[in-house]
Amino acid sequence: MLIKRDQDRKLRGEDIPSSEITAERLYLDRRAFIAGAAALALAPSGVRAESHLAPLKATKNPAFTLPDALTSYKNVTSYNNFYEFGTNKEDPERLQASLKTRPWTVKVEGLCAKPKSFDIEELLKFSLEERVYRLRCVEAWSMVIPWIGFPLKDLLKRVEPTGQAKYVEFTTLVNPDMFPGQKRGFFGFSLDWPYTEGLRLDEAMHPLTLMTVGLYGQVLPNQNGAPFRVVVPWKYGFKSGKSIVKIRLTADEPKTAWNKAAPSEYGFYSNVNPQVDHPRWSQATERRIPEVRRRETLMFNGYGDQVASMYTGMDLKKFY
Amino acid sequence: MTYRGRLVLKAAVWVASLWPLGVLVRGWLADDLTANPIDYITRTLGLTALVLLLASLGMTPLRILFRWSWPIQLRRLLGLLAFFYICVHFSVWIGLDHFFAWKRMGQDVLKRPFITVGVLALALLTPLAITSTQGMIKRLGGARWRLLHRLVYVAGVLGVLHFLWLAKKGRTTPYYYAIVLGVLLAVRLWDWGRGRVISRAPKNEPSPPLGERAAVRAETLASSDEARAE
Repeated sequence: MLIKRDQDRKLRGEDIPSSEITAERLYLDRRAFIAGAAALALAPSGVRAESHLAPLKATKNPAFTLPDALTSYKNVTSYNNFYEFGTNKEDPERLQASLKTRPWTVKVEGLCAKPKSFDIEELLKFSLEERVYRLRCVEAWSMVIPWIGFPLKDLLKRVEPTGQAKYVEFTTLVNPDMFPGQKRGFFGFSLDWPYTEGLRLDEAMHPLTLMTVGLYGQVLPNQNGAPFRVVVPWKYGFKSGKSIVKIRLTADEPKTAWNKAAPSEYGFYSNVNPQVDHPRWSQATERRIPEVRRRETLMFNGYGDQVASMYTGMDLKKFY
Repeated sequence: MTYRGRLVLKAAVWVASLWPLGVLVRGWLADDLTANPIDYITRTLGLTALVLLLASLGMTPLRILFRWSWPIQLRRLLGLLAFFYICVHFSVWIGLDHFFAWKRMGQDVLKRPFITVGVLALALLTPLAITSTQGMIKRLGGARWRLLHRLVYVAGVLGVLHFLWLAKKGRTTPYYYAIVLGVLLAVRLWDWGRGRVISRAPKNEPSPPLGERAAVRAETLASSDEARAE
């Protein structure tokens, strides 16, 4: 067992002396500095230094900023729950290279007048804006991330949902060659692929619901759900499907991946709610990466002013 | 085994067991323990504790299966090292993870089965650690000491349950630990059953009653390593 742990550490590069890592960072920082102020102005410091992804132009939307300090690019891109790569938080960053994000098309279909397949290049031409959102994971940790994207409603309007459409279903790519986590494990169980998630239509049309193509001034890293994902900031992170290939308008509540796997732990709504515990832990507090002390979790992750009205009259303990 | 051999063996166990702690301390100082270091530390300490506890539980089966004598000399050391890691694991949960929020932690102990069994395992192992000294074995008497120290099986089961119940769906590692524990307990059960058959078999000389046999065995096993080390 010790041997296996050691191999794991090697795979994560933890056997490399920290002195070497520091030297590499210094080198990259210097290169970024030489690249000039323009590059640094485009992306917050530290991003250029650690990534080779293409920059992405977006206008900052002043309506969606936060007083909270941003979680570092390194933390945002190295600590991910993305079971398509693996169940460890380090797996997505370690294995991300196998995901190919070109060519990529997203089908928008179901109960709508004009179903359409969008090429990813077409989606990148939507009016992109940068928004800083809190991300609250169901596992009681949280981050603050500058995303780049456009409201889902802009996309849905293009396909003209019919009157029968009540829900939206998001489907993630299935391809075990690109997503090693989709291969069957030794014990034969994991999530039921494809990963599907869903929202009520009013939630999907809410201005906060962001179809996301980038973060920190660059295109989305693979481990964060490239090339196209949804971000629903008032719900637990797993509601925000990654690497989406299909968006479907439906009349019935879609089956969702984690709800199928453990219905008592992950409800369809999964709004961030400090009063409703996960069966195995309290949701009253959270650890904001990289802080040490826990903070109190906010109702609807602090977006109550904007979203609470969608749930008036609903028992949020029942519809967790 | 020679004195020298025993010394090397014990030194190796000390180094291997404290290695993960050293790696954690180094990582903490270098700020290199993932984006969520407290979670990483808690998990690493807990996992190391479980490995050591299972290693300790594995010593007697090794003796039963291969008739080696050396594993027994490591049993207590491994058990105490496991206890040490559990204590650090628990302290990190109290001090770093929850920052002494006693009310919240109390609620968690009562409401979350995986935490309940974890705390229970620690509670069961505490008297075992206290009575692990040579003097305590003599004071309690072999039979009672042995009976008390059977709690380690319960603690082992609780430790594995703790791991199984905290893991989210899709994680397979806890099942490997459950299988290892199952095999270790099965070996003992098999040995126990075999012992009963042997003791029932007719012999020329009457065999001592089971209780006495156990007592004699416990005394020899418990004191053997110290005695031989003199």
